[in-house]
Amino acid sequence: MFSLDLLRDAVVLGVLLGCFYAAVSIGLSISFGLLDVPHVAHPAFLVLASYGVYLCNDQYDIDPLLAGLLISPLFFVLGLVTYRLYYETFERRGSDAAVRGIAFFFGVAFIIEVLIILQFGVDQRSVTASYIGKAWRVGDLRIPIRQLVAFAVALGLTVSLATYLSKTFMGRAIRAVAQDEEGLRLMGANPVRIKQFAFGIATAVLGIAGALLIIVAPVEPTLDRVYIGRTFCVVVMAGLGSITGTLIAAIILGVSESIVLTMFGASWAPAISFALLLGVLAVRPQGLLGR
Amino acid sequence: MNRRDVFGWAIAAVMFGLMSGASAEEPPIKIGMSMPQTGGLAGGGKASLLGIEIWRDDVNAKGGLLGRKVELVVYDDKSSASETPALYAKLLDVDKVDLLFAPYATVPTAPIMPLVKQRGLLLMGNFSFQVNSKVHHDMWFNNAPWGPADSWANGFLTLGQKAGGKTVALLSSDQEFAQNIVTTARDVTKKIGLQVVFDQAYPPSTAEFSSIIRALNAAKPDIVFVASYPPDSAAILKAVNEIGIGDNVKIFGGAMVGLQFAAVMENLGSLLNGVVNYNTWLPEPSMNFDGTKEFFEKYTKRAIQAKVDPLGFYLAPYGYAMGQMIEEAVNATKSLDQKALAKFIRENVHKTIVGPIAYAEDGEWKESATLEAQFRDVKNKNIDQFRSAGKQVIVFPDRLKTGDLITPFEAARGN
Repeated sequence: MFSLDLLRDAVVLGVLLGCFYAAVSIGLSISFGLLDVPHVAHPAFLVLASYGVYLCNDQYDIDPLLAGLLISPLFFVLGLVTYRLYYETFERRGSDAAVRGIAFFFGVAFIIEVLIILQFGVDQRSVTASYIGKAWRVGDLRIPIRQLVAFAVALGLTVSLATYLSKTFMGRAIRAVAQDEEGLRLMGANPVRIKQFAFGIATAVLGIAGALLIIVAPVEPTLDRVYIGRTFCVVVMAGLGSITGTLIAAIILGVSESIVLTMFGASWAPAISFALLLGVLAVRPQGLLGR
Repeated sequence: MNRRDVFGWAIAAVMFGLMSGASAEEPPIKIGMSMPQTGGLAGGGKASLLGIEIWRDDVNAKGGLLGRKVELVVYDDKSSASETPALYAKLLDVDKVDLLFAPYATVPTAPIMPLVKQRGLLLMGNFSFQVNSKVHHDMWFNNAPWGPADSWANGFLTLGQKAGGKTVALLSSDQEFAQNIVTTARDVTKKIGLQVVFDQAYPPSTAEFSSIIRALNAAKPDIVFVASYPPDSAAILKAVNEIGIGDNVKIFGGAMVGLQFAAVMENLGSLLNGVVNYNTWLPEPSMNFDGTKEFFEKYTKRAIQAKVDPLGFYLAPYGYAMGQMIEEAVNATKSLDQKALAKFIRENVHKTIVGPIAYAEDGEWKESATLEAQFRDVKNKNIDQFRSAGKQVIVFPDRLKTGDLITPFEAARGN
């Protein structure tokens, strides 16, 4: 069944979905893309942030987005501690740190999952806010407002992080450590501290992304497994370390998924996402906006 | 009596005491099972296990079975089909359990069916759907009230047809349970003469349903039959609320897993209104049997401590009923012989807290007691409202019915 109305709706909903994917992937773009840390626990931190937001909303009736902002400093500290642990136990010890690091971060992900189950049980949790469950009507098109929120926040995050990384001293230092760690060391800077700080930022961003995750759909402790493939797909397709590329790749993924879901059949959606990734890498091995 | 006689009597008395002590210390009857305690099925698995544990405590308080205490040996199968064959082999070969209960749900149960058939073992099924349809094991008995394979779809689609529906949309999760259900739904549509205008299976990892609901909407169906798993069910209802489903839809729901669980029901609140969905036990007047009230008094207290579903309507009483059937069979046959127990269960009607149960040849209930219930007058953020009658009105089957279907769906949502 083909109709232009359906195609238009699929594209609009796809752009919004893509922005949501960008928001949940942007932290990984820093930790994995820029710092080369095999951060497979990224989606587990994301789910943990969602539960933090749930707690603030359920116990203190705080708006989910505000709750996301409030828990971000805690996640910044969590990021600093996690990176330091990873650095001391793996990265410092040798060239195969990345391979062994995957085991470390898988372990962290499992621990987070178990801690969430112990504290909150295995049931789904969701939040309430005035913009959840309502839609904005444009002609015969109805756009979920929670998706518009995700769209606005993802754009805001992308612009802020891209500006921070290109205009500030610390941001440039983070980019420098990604390009030539040894060169930075020769100039008297401490690359480990810079990487630790960058990892803290990547984790702090998850506070807000976690809020979006639980705004868009209910969460449960094992939800990280759903997002692990998608977030890595976005970051690799974007080109490692490219914040703007992350937004573009996520929108491409969101739009293609939405068109396939609407026009061709839902079963094909995951295959199309990864086919796109392979297609992009075949033409541009460094990703869309990679170095 | 000289000193030697006294000493002899004393030894005899001690020996007698030891022997009677030994009979009291007989090894327990071990019932082995895996249960999803982590992963997507964990919410249901934990509630089901609590129901079985309450039965164990009740039966042990009465002196156990055959004078022996009942002990449960339980492993977490992580909701995974790949875990259960090894776990059940361990239960049988290492733990040497006397009896087996199946894990909750279809996916973890399906892979152990060949094993129990090969070894000729009795298996009490726990809410799986049609796992015995190809295996044909004659010692399998499902505790779920599904009955014939098409009972879920038949009840719902017949209701839709009676409400004036002619066209159907089928939306299902792309995994075994939902696909089994939707296959029967396709058969029922052919049998009763409904036209399928939308038929899509979405991958279990789907995060957002707005696009799918938009496409479904464009097909303009009269009846929307959804076979979904818990995370999807909530997301689908949210998308329906935002995108809309169309005024022509007479009835919406069918086989949405998750809408039976307290946390999901509380989260969705008023979004549930109007949805007609399958269920098993509900606090409606037609569903009270001997022991039901006492069971829920115990369950409610223990569920809070165990952090499991505080309502427990869907699975827990059926876990208890599974134990009741084994208890009845062991007491009647006075043995743990698997064949004798299976014969007794197959040939008799069993009185349980979820009503009388009689089995058909395939190990499913002879007569389906799968309910179709319509959510009505549900408020937001109030779990206790679901404990009273009238929030999930039974509209099918007729013998358990407590109200008539309100249709179309949009009108029912206002109730």
